[in-house]
Amino acid sequence: MSEELSAWQLIASGDATLFAIVRLSLAVTLSAVAIAAVIGLPLGALLALARFPGRSAVVVVLNGFMGLPPVIVGLSVYLLLSRSGPLGEFGLLFTPAAMVIAQAVLVLPIIAALTRQTIEDLWHEYREELTAMDVGPLGQVATLLWDSRFSLFTALLAGFGRAAAEVGTVMIVGGNINGFTRTMTTTVALETSKGNLPLAVGLGLILIFLIILINAAAWGVRLWSEQRAG
Amino acid sequence: MLSRRIFSAIATLLLLTAGATPALTQDQSIVVASTTSTQDSGLFGHILPMFKQKTGIDVKVVAQGTGQALDTGRRGDADVVFVHAKAQEEKFIEEGFGVKRFDVMYNDFVLIGPKSDPAGVSGTKDIAAALAMIEAKDAPFISRGDKSGTHSAELRLWKVAGIDIEAAKGPWYKEIGQGMGAALNTAAAMDAYVLSDRGTWLSFQNRGELDVAVEGDKRLFNQYGVMLVNPQKHPSVKAEAGQRFIDWLVSPEGQKSIGEFKIDGQQLFFPNAEQQRS
Repeated sequence: MSEELSAWQLIASGDATLFAIVRLSLAVTLSAVAIAAVIGLPLGALLALARFPGRSAVVVVLNGFMGLPPVIVGLSVYLLLSRSGPLGEFGLLFTPAAMVIAQAVLVLPIIAALTRQTIEDLWHEYREELTAMDVGPLGQVATLLWDSRFSLFTALLAGFGRAAAEVGTVMIVGGNINGFTRTMTTTVALETSKGNLPLAVGLGLILIFLIILINAAAWGVRLWSEQRAG
Repeated sequence: MLSRRIFSAIATLLLLTAGATPALTQDQSIVVASTTSTQDSGLFGHILPMFKQKTGIDVKVVAQGTGQALDTGRRGDADVVFVHAKAQEEKFIEEGFGVKRFDVMYNDFVLIGPKSDPAGVSGTKDIAAALAMIEAKDAPFISRGDKSGTHSAELRLWKVAGIDIEAAKGPWYKEIGQGMGAALNTAAAMDAYVLSDRGTWLSFQNRGELDVAVEGDKRLFNQYGVMLVNPQKHPSVKAEAGQRFIDWLVSPEGQKSIGEFKIDGQQLFFPNAEQQRS
């Protein structure tokens, strides 16, 4: 991208580099949220229902992990995926896959913790009914997840917001390689370091706009399915 | 119903990711750990397309400070290291992490300072005298403080000026622990002096009241070297493609393309590889 161009000119001219960057950002973040959801939703629900010694401690730690510092997550995943690390043989460092893994780690506690709270609240309402109907634990989890799906949607959006906005982990594990692992946020960081502040702000505004757009789409889907559900 | 929707959503996601990561397959590509100065100045944008056209090899540049770039090589996460801190590079070779070091080019550092010039150093060509004046007047100075090549050069120059910076540092001396661009942004915001490589300075857009205060001293020259990461330490290193990149950089053709790179008509990097004795 040329320094002389403003962010808006880039959009207007349909700059191919910019679109590749936007596409990569969305692909990485959505994949990370999808992976975190597949693990986090059942995990949170199980934790809501299970009763075991030390459960409170697990819940507190999980809630605390919602605030995991991205730079620590990035560094841990970096050391894990580095050629000198335990998973080095796969050669994943400085690839989009590494960014997906790091963001999934970052988002997983958010989705799991919010799911746990939501399901636990609903469990108090449903407990007698589900116990009376003699539903097994897996059936209970499935029922509770299904019936709170609209609230859980917000948990997914919280995870998405966190992943889409962060720069620390993807910078460390992706390496900000031009045309390969450069995302919206790392581009903003790069342009800032070049002293190209107007372009950096412009790209930042595009990112915010995209995040709002995706939230609006999610809201629309939710309204639509709520109506269908009656 | 919903399961089908979820399924199609997941399928779309997989497609998106698959589309975004075609280069995951083992194509001809190498990872080069280099410095922010080479990337931010735009040098790589100028020379890499020529190399790619000639060899078909994709060069993925991870721009870090020299210290971090060497560490990336040490861990085997890069195939080639292209940095500018000769002493650290020689140590890297001695420790067996690099195969051989080649001189590629040099550029020079410039002392940047506010136009108001509170230390009164503007116009001198003697970098040691200028630093001594800044220290004597406690004029604000921004240090990279990140073990980068530029930071190493700054520390070396304080020594040349006869100043023990560890003992002399005070509130006027701020170590920010960030890259060159961030250091220039900070200096612009605080009207402080800062040592920068010329390339980053020339391509830097947010100058505020800053200008070049001292330049042209021989001691401000900044040598870049390139090394292949030792494949005997890290079998994953793509030695052949990496060596081709190094060979091209020091070849007459690569040297010429480095010399041709200009910003605002100014040449930024001066090729000085020894021509190989074959």
